[in-house]
Formats: sequence, C-alpha cells, structure tokens
Amino acid sequence: MSGPVLILGAASDIARAVARSFGEAGHPIQLAARNAERLEDDARDLATRYGVEVTTHEFDALETDSHAGFVAGLPALPEVAICAVGAMGTQTKSEADPQAAIQIMRANYEGPASVLAHLANAMEARGSGTLVGISSVAGDRGRASNYVYGSAKAGFTAFLSGLRNRLSKQGVHVVTVLPGFVKTAMLEGIETPAPLTAEPEEVGAAILKAVRRKTNVIYTRPVWRAVMAVIRNIPEPVFKKTSI
Amino acid sequence: MTELSGWGLFPQIDCRVVRARCEDDVRKAVLAAPLIARGNGRAYGDAALNPGQTLDMTGMDRMLSFKDGMLVAEAGVLLADIIHAFLPRGWFPLVTPGTKMVSLGGAIAADVHGKNHHVDGSFRSCVDWVELMGMDGEVSRVAPGDELFEWTLGGMGLTGVILRAQIRLRPVESSWIVQDSKALTSLTETIDAFEAAMDAPYSVAWIDCTDGPQHGHSILLLGRHARSEDLPADRPKFNLQRRGKIPVPFGMPLLFKGRALQLINSAYWRLKARRAGRALVDWDSYFYPLDGLANWNKLYGRNGFIQFQCVLPRDMAPDGLAKLMAAIAESKQGSVLSVLKRFGPQTSHFSFPMAGYTLAMDFPANERSLALMEQLDKITLAHGGRFYLAKDARMAQAVAKADPRAETFAAMRKETGLAARFASVQSERLGL
Repeated sequence: MSGPVLILGAASDIARAVARSFGEAGHPIQLAARNAERLEDDARDLATRYGVEVTTHEFDALETDSHAGFVAGLPALPEVAICAVGAMGTQTKSEADPQAAIQIMRANYEGPASVLAHLANAMEARGSGTLVGISSVAGDRGRASNYVYGSAKAGFTAFLSGLRNRLSKQGVHVVTVLPGFVKTAMLEGIETPAPLTAEPEEVGAAILKAVRRKTNVIYTRPVWRAVMAVIRNIPEPVFKKTSI
Repeated sequence: MTELSGWGLFPQIDCRVVRARCEDDVRKAVLAAPLIARGNGRAYGDAALNPGQTLDMTGMDRMLSFKDGMLVAEAGVLLADIIHAFLPRGWFPLVTPGTKMVSLGGAIAADVHGKNHHVDGSFRSCVDWVELMGMDGEVSRVAPGDELFEWTLGGMGLTGVILRAQIRLRPVESSWIVQDSKALTSLTETIDAFEAAMDAPYSVAWIDCTDGPQHGHSILLLGRHARSEDLPADRPKFNLQRRGKIPVPFGMPLLFKGRALQLINSAYWRLKARRAGRALVDWDSYFYPLDGLANWNKLYGRNGFIQFQCVLPRDMAPDGLAKLMAAIAESKQGSVLSVLKRFGPQTSHFSFPMAGYTLAMDFPANERSLALMEQLDKITLAHGGRFYLAKDARMAQAVAKADPRAETFAAMRKETGLAARFASVQSERLGL
C-alpha cells in the first residue's frame, strides 16, 4: 500500500500530523486547503523528511460548486482521502447570530460531506479506496456548551456511517475518527483533562493504523469510548439539568 | 497561564504560553509584548521562561530542504527528528549534546557542545546561517563573522527569535560507535588520559565525586564512528529502531543519598572497569544514554534538581577540579552523575566553552545543594572558570557578571533595544 493520500484541510495541526504519518509510511501526499501557498513549507517538510512526492492544491470546503472540479483536477485519484476540515467557532456567537451558526454547520457538515461524496463516487467507480472523516465526540450528544458544532459533527458522523454502509460492497472503506480533545490550535487556551487529551501525533498514528486495519470507527484515545457511552446513556430528564 | 519549568523542574513559574506555527505567529508575538522563545524545554533552569509571554516554537518544526548534508530547517525541529530522517541516509549531527530531544533553535541559542568539542568545537561549527526575527518583526539572515550571529550562538534567545537555520551534517558509514573505555583511579590519571586522547573524535569521562573510597575514580569513554569494516558481517549498518522508554516514577531520590550513593558509584565503576576495552555501541545508547528513561528528570522528586556545570581553563583545571570535587565530597551531597569533558577553544562571543575542562553534576533542588553550589561558584571563579547558562537556574547576578563578557552582552542588548523585547526569567535574574 503506497498510493497517494489526499489531506483536505491540510493546514490544521491534526492534518499535519496525519500527513507525516502517511509520508513516513512512504505515500505520496496531496495537501489541500484554502490559500494553498501557505502549505508550501509543509510540503517541503514532507518531501525533505520522507523523500515522498508532495503536491499542494487550492480547496475551499464551503465552495461546494468547485468540489467536482477539484476532485477531477487532482494529479491522481487518491488511494486514501482524509477530511480534516472543520471549524469550532464559539457557541455564544452561534447562539446570538444564526448566520454565524450556519457557517459552522456548513464547515463541519455540508462542505466535508460534499467533497467526500465526489471522492466516494470516483472511488466507487474505481472499486477501491479509503475515505477518512475526522468528526468529533461532540456529535455523540448535543450539549449546551457546543451544540451547533456538535450537531454538524453528528450529521457528518451519520453521513460517514451511511457512506460506509453503501460502499462496503463496492470495495471502498470508510473510517470515522472521533478524536476527543487534541492539543491543537482549536483548543488553545482551553484547559482539558490530560488523560483525555491526545497529541496530534497520536491521531496521525491512529488514523494510519485504522486505514491499514480497515477499522470502522476510532476514538483516538480509547477512554473516550467509555466516556461517551456514559454521556449518551444519561436519561434526558437528568441530562437537561447537567452542564457537562 | 501555564505552570512551566525547565528540564530540572526548578523553578516552576506561571507563564502565558503562545504557540507559533508560522512566521506570522512569531511576528504577532514579537510585536505584542516582551518574550522569550522556547524550544523543547530541555534547558534545565529558567532560560526559556517568561511569565508575560513564552513563545512555544515546537509548532515550527519543518525541515525545508536537504542537499549533500546541508539541512535547512525551522527552529522547532528536534535533533531526534533530524537523526531519524537522515541517519538511515548516512548523515549524523556534527555536534550533539547529551540528549537528542533538544530543538534546533535551542541548540543554537545555547551553542550546545558534545563529546567532540576538543576536535569539532560547539554547535556553531555546523551552522551556515540563522534567520532571526528582530524586535521590529523584520527577519534577518546572519552568518559566521556577523556580530549578530556571534552573539546569537550562545545568546540564549536574547538576540531575537531564531526562526530557521542551515546546518551541516556529518557523513557516517554506519550508526555504530567504536568505543574504547578505560578505568582510571584518580583525577590526575584521568586528566592525563584526556590529554593523551586529544585526537580521539569523542571523549567523555564519568567521575566519582562522592566521599567514598573510590573518590576520583573515573571511566573514560573514547569513541569514533564505526566504518563499514569495523562491523561484523551480519550487523546492519544503520540501526534506527527506536528504543522503548522506561518510565520513571516520582520519589526515587531516597535511593541517592549518602552511603547508598557511594555504593552505587563504586559498583558502577567496578562494573565498567571489568568491561573496559573496545566495544561496538549503537548511536542511541552512546550519545543519549539518558533518553532511554522517559522523564528521568523526575528521579529527583517533585521539587526537581539543579545542574551545576562549569568550565575551568586548561592550566587551572587540575587544581580547580580537585577543589570542586573535594567540596562536593565534603558536603555529602554527591551527585549521581558527574561528567568530565575536555573542551577546545571558545568560538562565539558569549558561548560557554573555553579550552579546558568542564565538570557537570546534578543535585536535588534544596537548601543544602544551593549552599554547596555557591561554594562551587567561588572555587570556579577563583580558578578563572565560568558557567553554562543552559544548565543554570540559580546563579547570583554578581557571579554571572564576574564573566566580563556578560557586561558586554548586556550593554549590547541595551544599546540596540533588544533587552526591552527579548527577556527571560534568567536574563532578568542575571542582568543580561
């Protein structure tokens, strides 16, 4: 296995770590993000470290009209496509301004689902490939503190689940990644419990492993599976009084 | 705010940490408030702490190009990453300190040295140029011979933020080291052996500083990169397997006191003496023996520990070292690991090394150790020596200022305005 790996939303900390995991494993890398020129240093880094071929591509998740052309314009249909696109926004802003909320929903659900849909169709036609969607444990149950972001991630998680169900018969595998807290720019300045907080490198390694083993759903720190099982099962009358 | 400390876990200070991922992040930070850049936090004391703004450079760790042993990389890249990427291709750092977990920027700022200083000099020897962000947010490229370059190597991050650099790696035929070890029974013998081995590529000695019967006993380790013909036929030339890390729990230091420490030291000497002679050692255990223990800094407990490292000029060294070792023995604070090394001449303006001998030890962070170290300061100064800022956590301003270069450095920083923008707890403490 050493075909090209496409990384969407390549400027994020998680995406950089994922790119390094796959670069180290010898895959050519396609980096895609808005303002592709700021990916140049990352591209040089991957090429210098691992001696792999790296290309950069202009990609805007919110410009869904451009997605068909974007996929068709890649130098090769990737063997693995990883979507690390997302935006957390702030809940208070999303509450006060539904237009801002819509941008968060589009960035976490509509955009990622749109581009993966195009890639899915192309991979289905080829009869092989792996799609990886980085969703969030926030989608496992809506909470007062971030339900706009969470609801979009819930939609994305359901989309990935359905896509997996549809494509499993077509030789295309779908991995859903639920990272929990990760030490990234997104969480800068927010205190999170250390045992629940992963380094971006852990996420990168976990995704590489999941792609190779064809795992369906991964929580990058296994403890999250238990934590979310508890949170999901709190009865609604109790849950609505909590502030988790 | 984040509670932050150097590798010695002393002192621990609340700092506002800002993380840089690209040059623009650095510029924003530099223009916002006074700051110090921080690499991987391997300086032992307070050299990379600034409560107002500590700029975490580990997110800028890209390697930008590599050709014929010349590597351009961002400041946050670790020596470990460089080795991982290039040792399999036959390249190794020209100069490396005793841990591979240091960042490139940190290695430049501290102008670190290795076991080959007497032959190859300090880290400066492998640096072709450094890109530095000044207080106005402008980036300048400085090279050997430029005033700013000479102050930056060893300048502890106080001349600007190191963004990227070009360094030269050394070609090696294998990842193995041919090691010759000698067991010696006195400081005098050890110094004579060092002098006789001035053309050995690598040399370092472990020396017993306790007050036990083996005081002054040492194990001198000489090394060179193994060539193809030094290897048994079945030995892979490049062994890159990452060693597993042994975790270290808090609370071990109880084992390291008084009589127990004497016994550990003499047992170690006897063990190594029995195995003296030639051996083929892998790069990781030869250069980075302590990296195999995750968080070995926690050996000394939550209060942390303090390193003491000084250098004495060649002619004053025999007398000075004897006095330092006597003072340590008398204090019964003996260090677990005392390391002796021969340095070649000083190169940059403010770097630590000078032609002579350097002794490094660590002590638990407590009142008695601090008192002992003040005594060691006096002995060092009386013998024309000086101290390593990357290891320092507690020196008094007067001690630092006994080094005439410190005044010149401080004056330069004041005149150019650098002092107002780049500052650490250490630079404030020492008046740099």
